[in-house]
Amino acid sequence: MLATIGLEVHVQLNTAAKIFSGAATAYGAEPNAQACAIDLGMPGTLPVMNAAAVRLAVRLGLALGSTIAPRSIFARKNYFYPDLPKGYQISQFEAPILIGGGIDIRVGQTNKRIELTRAHLEEDAGKSVHDAFHRESGIDLNRAGTPLLEVVSEPVIESAAEAVAYLKALHTLVRWLGVSDGNMQEGSFRCDANVSVRKPGEALGTRAEIKNVNSFRFVEKAIDYEIERQIRIIESGGKVVQETRLYDAQRDETRSMRGKESAHDYRYFPDPDLPPLILDSALIETERSRLPELPNARRERYQEDLGLSEYDSAQLTQDRALSDAFESVIAASAAPAKLCANWVLSDWQGALNAANLTIDQSPLSAERLGGLVTRVHDGSLSSKMAKQVFEAMFASDDSADAAIARLGLKQVNDIDALAAHVEAVLTENTTQVAQFQAGNQKLLAFFVGQVMKRTQGQANPAQVTALLRDRLG
Amino acid sequence: MSLAALLAGLDSGAMSARGATEDALSRASRAAGLNALITLTADAARAAAERADAARAMGAPGELLGVPYAHKDLFCTLDVTTTAGSRMLAKFVPPYSATIHEKLDASGAVLIGKANMDEFAMGSSNEHSYFGAARNPWDPDRVPGGSSGGSAALVAARIVPFATASDTGGSIRQPAALCGVTGIKPTYGRVSRYGMIAYASSLDQAGVIATSAHDAALALSVIAGFDPRDPTSVDAPPIDVSDALSMSLAGLRIGRPRQWCGEGIDSGVANAVDAALAIYAEHGARIVDIDLPSSEHAIAAYYVIAPAEASSNLARFDGVRYGHRCAHPKDLADLYTRSREEGFGHEVQKRILTGTYVLSAGYYEAYYHRALKVRRLIANDFARAFNEVDLIAGPTSPCVAFKLGEKLADPVAMYLADVNTVSVNLAGLPALSIPCGFSDGLPVGLQLCAPWWQESRLIGAAHAYQRVTDWHRALPPGIA
Repeated sequence: MLATIGLEVHVQLNTAAKIFSGAATAYGAEPNAQACAIDLGMPGTLPVMNAAAVRLAVRLGLALGSTIAPRSIFARKNYFYPDLPKGYQISQFEAPILIGGGIDIRVGQTNKRIELTRAHLEEDAGKSVHDAFHRESGIDLNRAGTPLLEVVSEPVIESAAEAVAYLKALHTLVRWLGVSDGNMQEGSFRCDANVSVRKPGEALGTRAEIKNVNSFRFVEKAIDYEIERQIRIIESGGKVVQETRLYDAQRDETRSMRGKESAHDYRYFPDPDLPPLILDSALIETERSRLPELPNARRERYQEDLGLSEYDSAQLTQDRALSDAFESVIAASAAPAKLCANWVLSDWQGALNAANLTIDQSPLSAERLGGLVTRVHDGSLSSKMAKQVFEAMFASDDSADAAIARLGLKQVNDIDALAAHVEAVLTENTTQVAQFQAGNQKLLAFFVGQVMKRTQGQANPAQVTALLRDRLG
Repeated sequence: MSLAALLAGLDSGAMSARGATEDALSRASRAAGLNALITLTADAARAAAERADAARAMGAPGELLGVPYAHKDLFCTLDVTTTAGSRMLAKFVPPYSATIHEKLDASGAVLIGKANMDEFAMGSSNEHSYFGAARNPWDPDRVPGGSSGGSAALVAARIVPFATASDTGGSIRQPAALCGVTGIKPTYGRVSRYGMIAYASSLDQAGVIATSAHDAALALSVIAGFDPRDPTSVDAPPIDVSDALSMSLAGLRIGRPRQWCGEGIDSGVANAVDAALAIYAEHGARIVDIDLPSSEHAIAAYYVIAPAEASSNLARFDGVRYGHRCAHPKDLADLYTRSREEGFGHEVQKRILTGTYVLSAGYYEAYYHRALKVRRLIANDFARAFNEVDLIAGPTSPCVAFKLGEKLADPVAMYLADVNTVSVNLAGLPALSIPCGFSDGLPVGLQLCAPWWQESRLIGAAHAYQRVTDWHRALPPGIA
C-alpha cells in the first residue's frame, strides 16, 4: 500500500497589527482586550488591508519560488460560528497571492522536492473557551483578524517522515525570513494533513483530513496512525470514507469529527469590501533585494565551501540566529570553519541550553567566541584549558586573551623552556629512565605527566612527547 | 427655507443656530404623524446649536455651522441609537461614528434625529420598517418611497433643509421623486461607506436629499472624499460646486434611453418628464434617443447580486455580540435561529434566503456568476452611451407615490419601482432625481445620470433647470 499526503499549513504572519484592522496581534493579552470594532464585526465597519502582511507573503513566495500573483482576490468564506464575528472569514479562494513553488527536503539519504499548490492570505477566527464558565462558553476575539498565510502542498508526500521533514523545512524557512515567529504552542504554525492510501498502480484513494495538529511529533504519529487505520480498513474489505478527523494525542489515535455529508457549503464569493490586491513589481523587487541567503543554499555552501559534515551543516542552518552567529564566529576567528562549528554546536549551544537562553540572549558574543577559537587553533590553549576559558568568558565580558591572562592559563610552547623541564624530569627519575630504556614503553606517559606537573599543566603535551622521544632515543 | 438661504441668514446674524434648530424640532413635532424619525435627539441638538452659535460668534469656521439635519438611521452615530429600521438593532448604540457623521459634526451641522427607513435599506416604500411606515407629506395615505423614505419625507415637509440617505438600487432617488425633493446618489466610491450599515456593499452609496440641487451640492461636498477606512472609497477630484452652479445647458447632449420610457411608465409621469426635457431643449440642450439594451435585465441581476451580498453582510447579526438575542436559547442553533427569526423582518429574511440560495454550490454559476456578467454588460451599455451624450435622462420612478399597502402583496410590482434606478447602481454611476411636475397631484421625478465622477455636471444641469422652473419650490399641503 502507498500513502499519499498533502499538507495545509497555517502560518501566522509576524505583523504588529491585524490583517484588516489596526488592533495589536501580541499573544497572551486579556481576553477581548485586542479586538477593535472591525475585529468584532460591528455593523458598518470595513476591512483595510495591512500592507505588512502582504510584504511577508511576497517574501515567503520569493523564497519558495512561487509565482507572485500580480492580482489576487479576497473572498468571503461564509459559515456561522460564535468565534467568527462577521459570519464569514475573509480569505482568498479562486485567485490566491502565491501560486506553485516548492521546498527541497532530505529524508535519510534521499533528496526530494515537495511542490506547492498555492498559498493564500486570510484572517484567523477567534477562540471559543469552553472550560472557563459554568454551563456557558466564552468567546475571546483577540485572535480574530490575525494574519495567516495558508500554504498548501501538492499531494506528493509519501510518508509521515517526509511530512515532518517538509514541515520542518517550511518552519525553518518562515522563521529564517522573519515571516512568522513559528511558535507552535501559541498556534503560529498549525497543520492540517490530508491522508489517503492506495495499492500501487491505482488512482488516489479517498482521503481523510486530520485537523489542527500542532507539533512535529504529533503530525508524525497522527499520519502514521491514519495510514495504518486506512490500510486496515481496505485490507479487511472496507471503504475509507471522506471525513474530517481530529488527532487525540493522549490516546494516540484519530477520531471522526464530521463526515462529508455535514461538510459546509461555504458559499465563497469575492469580498465586495476589498478591491483586488494589485502587487506592483517595485514591491516585489524590493522584497527580492532584501531576501537573505536561504537555509538550503547556506547548508550546501557549508558542505561544499567550508567542508563541514552534512550533519553539522544541517544543524547550523536550522535557525537563522544560530547560523548568523556561526558566520560571525568564522569572521572573527583565524581558525578553520570546522573548529568554529564544533565550538558553536557543542560548547556554545550546550552552555545556552543549560542556561535556558536563546542565541540572541547569549552573554558571550560570537566575536568573543571567535577570539577563543583562534587561541585554540594557534595552540595557545589546550582543549581542556579552552573549556575553562570558555566558562570564564561566558560569565564575564572578557575577551579570550583577557580571560586567558586573568586565569594565568597559557600553554607553554617555548621549545627551550620545555627542553629544560624535560631535562630536569629525566635527571630526577633515573630509575624510570633505566626501566624505559630496558623496554617499558608505558613509562613515556609518566614522564609527560611529570613535565605537565612542573609546568602546572601549561605545557603543550604533544611537544613534550616529541621532546621526550627525541631525548630518550 | 433652503440650506443656502439658511447659511446666508446665519452668516449675516439674521438667524441663529438655536432658532433654526428650535424651528426644526417644532416642525418635527407638528409632523410627527409622518413617522419620519425613529429617534429624535432634541437635547443633543439644542446643545450642539448653542455650541454652533458660540463658535460662529468667535469666527470659527464650519461649512454647515448651525444647520439642522437628520441622518438616515443606518449611519452609525456614537452614543446615539442606530437601528437600520430593524428590531435586530432596535437597542444598538454604536461605540463609533460613520465617517460621514464625523465630517458633518466637524462642519458644525446639528443632528436632530435619525430618519425612518426600510429595514436594512431593503424596500421601495418604507413599509418594511420595524418602526412602522413613514408617510408621504403630499398624501399621508401614500408611501414616501424607500428605502430612504424618512429622509425624503423630512425634507419634503421642510423639517430639515437636508438629510443624509443611501442608495443601493434607487433608495435616494425614488423617495426623492415620490416626495418632490432633490436626491443625489454620487459615484460609487465618492462618499465613505465606513460606519454605514451595509446592505449590498458593491452597490451601497451614501448621498443626500435636499430641496434643491444647489443645497444637495452644498451638503454633498461636506460628506464626500476619500477615506482610508473604506478601501472602496476613491481619491477623486472634488466636486466643484461653484463651477457646477454656473454651468450652461447650451450644447449639452442629453440621452433619453428608450428602455426607460417604454411600457410600465405611467402616462402622467411620462408627460411630466417629456415636458422637462422640452425645457432642457428650449435652453440649448440636445435631446437624443439612445439605447441601453441590457437594462431590461437590470432588475433580475440586481435581485441576485444585492441579496447575495446581503446574505453575507447580515450574517454578523447572530445574537452573540450585539443586537437582538432571543430569550433562553436552548443551544447554539436555537440562539441563531430564533434571534434572527425574531430580529429580522419578512423582507430581510426573504432576501437573505434568496442570497444564500444564489451563492450555494451548484447555483453560483447559474445565478450569481451570470448576474455579474449582466452587470458588466450594463456598465458597457452606459460607457458606450456616454461616448455620444453628456447626460442620460428619464423618469426616476415609473409611477407616483402609491397607497400604503398597495404593493405589499405583490413583491414584483414593488421591485419594478426601481426599474430605472438599479442599472445606475450596477454601473456605479452618479445620478440624481429632481422634481419635474405632478401627476394626479403627486410629484414626478426626473432622473439625470452622468459618467463616473461627473457629479458637477449633474448638479449643474439640475440647477440650471431649477433656475427656470418652480417644481422644487412646491410645498405639500399644510406645509409652509
